[in-house]
Amino acid sequence: MNTKGKITGIIANLVIVETEGRVAQNEICYIKHGQERLMSEVIKILGKKAYIQVFESTRGLKVGTEVEFAGHMLEVALGPGILSKNFDGLQNDLNKMEGIFLKRGEYTNPLDLENEYEFKPLAKKGDTAQAGDWLGEVTENWIPHKIMVPFKFNGQYKVKSIEKKGKFKIEDTIAVFTDADGKDHKVSMIQKWPVKLPVKAYKNKPRPFKIFETGIRVIDTLNPMAEGGTGFIPGPFGSGKTVLQHNLSKNAEADLVVIAACGERANEVVEIFTEFPELDDPRSGRKLMERTTIIANTSNMPVAAREASVYTAMTIAEYYRAMGLRVILLADSTSRWAQALREMSNRMEELPGPDGYPMDLPAIISNFYSRAGFVYLNNGKTGSITFIGTVSPAGGNLKEPVTESTKKAARCFYALSQQRADSKRYPAIDSIESYSKYLEYPEIVEYLNENIDSKWTDNVHFAKDTLLRGKETFEQINILGDDGVPIDYHIIHWKAELIDFVILQQDAFDKTDASSSFERQSHMLKKVVDTCKMDFEFDEFEEVSAYFKKVINLYKQMNYSEFKSDDFVKFEKAVEKTLKERRVDKTEDKETFDEEKKPETKKSEEQKEEQK
Amino acid sequence: MEQDTRAFQRIYTKLFQLTKATISLRATGVGNEELAIVDGRPAQVVKIIDDIVTLQVFQGTEGIATDAEVVFAGTAPVLKVGDDLTGRFFDAFGRPMEGSREIMGKETEIGAPSVNPVRRKQPSEFIPTGIAGIDLNNSLVTGQKIPFFADPDQPFNQVMAMVALRAKADKIILAGMGLTNDDYLFFKNVFDNAGALDRIVGFINTTENPPVERLLVPDMALSAAEYFAVEKNEKVLVLLTDMTLYSDALSIVSNRMDQIPSKDSMPGSLYSDLAKLYEKAVQFPDGGSITIVAVTTLSGGDITHAIPDNTGYITEGQLFLRKDTDIGKVIVDPFRSLSRLKQLVIGKKTREDHPQVMNAAVRLYADAANAKTKLENGFDLTDYDERTLEFAKAYSEKLLAIDVNIEMEEMLETAYLLFAKYFSPEEVGMKQEYVVKYWKKN
Ligand SMILES: Nc1ncnc2c1ncn2[C@@H]1O[C@H](COP(=O)(O)OP(=O)(O)OP(=O)(O)O)[C@@H](O)[C@H]1O
Ligand SMILES: [Mg+2]
Repeated sequence: MNTKGKITGIIANLVIVETEGRVAQNEICYIKHGQERLMSEVIKILGKKAYIQVFESTRGLKVGTEVEFAGHMLEVALGPGILSKNFDGLQNDLNKMEGIFLKRGEYTNPLDLENEYEFKPLAKKGDTAQAGDWLGEVTENWIPHKIMVPFKFNGQYKVKSIEKKGKFKIEDTIAVFTDADGKDHKVSMIQKWPVKLPVKAYKNKPRPFKIFETGIRVIDTLNPMAEGGTGFIPGPFGSGKTVLQHNLSKNAEADLVVIAACGERANEVVEIFTEFPELDDPRSGRKLMERTTIIANTSNMPVAAREASVYTAMTIAEYYRAMGLRVILLADSTSRWAQALREMSNRMEELPGPDGYPMDLPAIISNFYSRAGFVYLNNGKTGSITFIGTVSPAGGNLKEPVTESTKKAARCFYALSQQRADSKRYPAIDSIESYSKYLEYPEIVEYLNENIDSKWTDNVHFAKDTLLRGKETFEQINILGDDGVPIDYHIIHWKAELIDFVILQQDAFDKTDASSSFERQSHMLKKVVDTCKMDFEFDEFEEVSAYFKKVINLYKQMNYSEFKSDDFVKFEKAVEKTLKERRVDKTEDKETFDEEKKPETKKSEEQKEEQK
Repeated sequence: MEQDTRAFQRIYTKLFQLTKATISLRATGVGNEELAIVDGRPAQVVKIIDDIVTLQVFQGTEGIATDAEVVFAGTAPVLKVGDDLTGRFFDAFGRPMEGSREIMGKETEIGAPSVNPVRRKQPSEFIPTGIAGIDLNNSLVTGQKIPFFADPDQPFNQVMAMVALRAKADKIILAGMGLTNDDYLFFKNVFDNAGALDRIVGFINTTENPPVERLLVPDMALSAAEYFAVEKNEKVLVLLTDMTLYSDALSIVSNRMDQIPSKDSMPGSLYSDLAKLYEKAVQFPDGGSITIVAVTTLSGGDITHAIPDNTGYITEGQLFLRKDTDIGKVIVDPFRSLSRLKQLVIGKKTREDHPQVMNAAVRLYADAANAKTKLENGFDLTDYDERTLEFAKAYSEKLLAIDVNIEMEEMLETAYLLFAKYFSPEEVGMKQEYVVKYWKKN
């Protein structure tokens, strides 16, 4: 018998319910408003009063209306058919809803119960199994979708029976398990999981050690992401957070993409709906939409469901990670989720923390980020969730609670700069402010130097140093005037500009430039670093900018051309030719020249030690 | 329907708590957000605890007595929608202004649910305005929502009226919030003179009306817009002016209700409150659309203030008006303006080189800004600096000024003429193929 209650108060979407009987924190309940049933979640219990947040508009609700408690927390349904779906924050299939406008209280099944899948068993009768173990496999779009022992199973179970190869609907029983007490449990292809709890059906979670290719140079080259890593993108409005995330979803080296559009624009979601079914997946040759799931709770959809939307997305990502897949999870914007928490906390008259956010905001954020990661499954296979969220700081000021809390939780920081966005230097990531902690992990450094280029990290540090020096000299030029500084200053400034224009800047809307492989990045970085190491001679400072603009222009034409195509080679030759015009070779032997100029980073010193 | 609500009308006369903006009384069977008339003034239910109902009185509670009559309407605020709205002006409650006759139409609750995102269509129709600062650099698209950011002394209402008339919309719906009477008359006049009155619907709250009433105006306007866009498949343009005054009204209410204020004494829910309105902008698959052009007045150009800041996070760009002292005209500032939907049309619905021309010109304009800083700091300018300054002036005059009214093609040609006059192709840095095809040799 489920607990029932009656409404005694309504303040916006906070509703107070007087209950008889057992109620649990975060339990789901339904308000019976006429023909409609409005889904809500318990967020506080005081004696007989349950405070619930309604995931819908509360217009017209009256005191005395009946409320029925569901006996479980907010859960999602996990099973074949999640891919390519457009869900709302509560995992309703938006495409199954009727009419143009969302109807309050209309909930649709997230999965397609009538679809049949060809099931292939992977376990056999008599096997022992635990939560997350692979029972069998079906093909979803083109992805091998593992049917797993329900995550809710606790301890060891024995397979009592399992279906043979054949076609099944997702609700059909495909296996029966016996638990330690001898009790039998039927299992189908669907399981449910409460979104607020992390799925822990894996053996262990090592520190990320592999590089995660995103195709975006300023990330891959300068501040790389690790597979199973976390990062966040703070930036003022219009600085390019969403474009960057969309670009990540299109080009990153992931098997699956889960996008949580959390409290942002509907048109941006429509863009995904429209483009992804058409776009070719660079990795599988299929359409991008086939490996994408969207959880859309746009800014005009009910505020309370915003919080749910990021958890729904994370749980779906965890489900696919347990199948041994590489998932990229993107949430835009986590600030909207924090704001939803703030609205509710204020309504409940809780003691506010900084800027009115709930006191436990840092803990909530870090708990969430900690659900990402690279894992070894119980069968020794690996899976990962790489999570990148955006943050929308008020007034673009990074000294605010959401940014600061996220900084403590995420390992990569991709700060978008207003100034760069204003001067259309896209993506507007400020490469000097930004960082990737992974670049400090020895296992990552080793990975990079082994898999990309033995000089890779040296070149990266050289590029970073050049950018920093360029920035400093530019400030000097601005203070002292063009002719108040030595010509060398101009050269240093323009070398930094070269890295900026050729490596950092990338045209997200150009077919070729939008994504760059590591091979290509390695080629370009080497070229650009070599150029920066060259000595040039000029008589007048005016010649410096004119010359470098020419060089930059040619390099940019390379970026716009297909890698190693005729055009690419043509422009590369033109670069060489132009460099010869001004270059002064101080030494005959280029190798030793390189060696001398190498930045004195700790790493290279160590290497020298070893060489001796 | 109407008969029913009348039959159940409940009347109360015992108020036990009055604040500047709210009244509380004991009543049962009242719905959240229900409309009521308190002593003849419209009011709305904002909170119910047991049998205590709190209502917000839009005009304020001055003079309301504890025995005032409270009549509940049985529904949230409604608007009668129909073709009868056309060519007429209404107040914040959807009542005809200047005592004209009642409207005929279907009663609809305002602030209705949002469009299912999967039922939207991606906007793709370019809206030419003739203003190059908009068309060339910040192209507008049907279904877009975009505000003008402008200081109060900028001619934003004039520009907005111009945009509205040139936009070829089937309906123009004006939502005036805190409009001066002069501006209200201005709008009426330009629309009248342009012979466009039969395409106009207005919902007007002037400075003479109580500020809190403004809160209903955009919802009224957008409900009307939804009627024309959904039922009639029309292209509707909604003008919201001034959203800063709307937000001020939000803060008055939240303040009076003792809510914890957030940044700049705005309510913590400002983002959601504004998003609910702006997100009504939509392109429907059947051809109907709602495009929102708004005005957010700034204080001394400060866009970090909570109102423009939250707006920027919601809208699809902004058009920043500023006086260019070098040419003595108001321009659409290319640095601080942005149309995020332009990607959907530029180079696709417009000429292929449009994106590159746009970017190149803005980059050169930025170089000019640097040169200007140098000049101000007393440094010598290079030859290139000098040329960028001259370019910037011509660019501002010929393309950025709001009095420009030319076709798209001419905008592009003008840009090439200016490029060629002051720079070499390398300095402009465009794709080689466009240089070959379009560069003006002179
Ligand atoms: N890589 C890019 N290349 C070209 N243009 C870009 C790029 N990134 C951003 N832009 C431009 O900036 C605009 C705004 O970008 P975007 O929507 O990603 O901003 P945002 O940071 O998500 O803003 P908000 O916080 O308001 O959502 C885009 O519409 C586009 O015009
Ligand atoms: Mg965004």
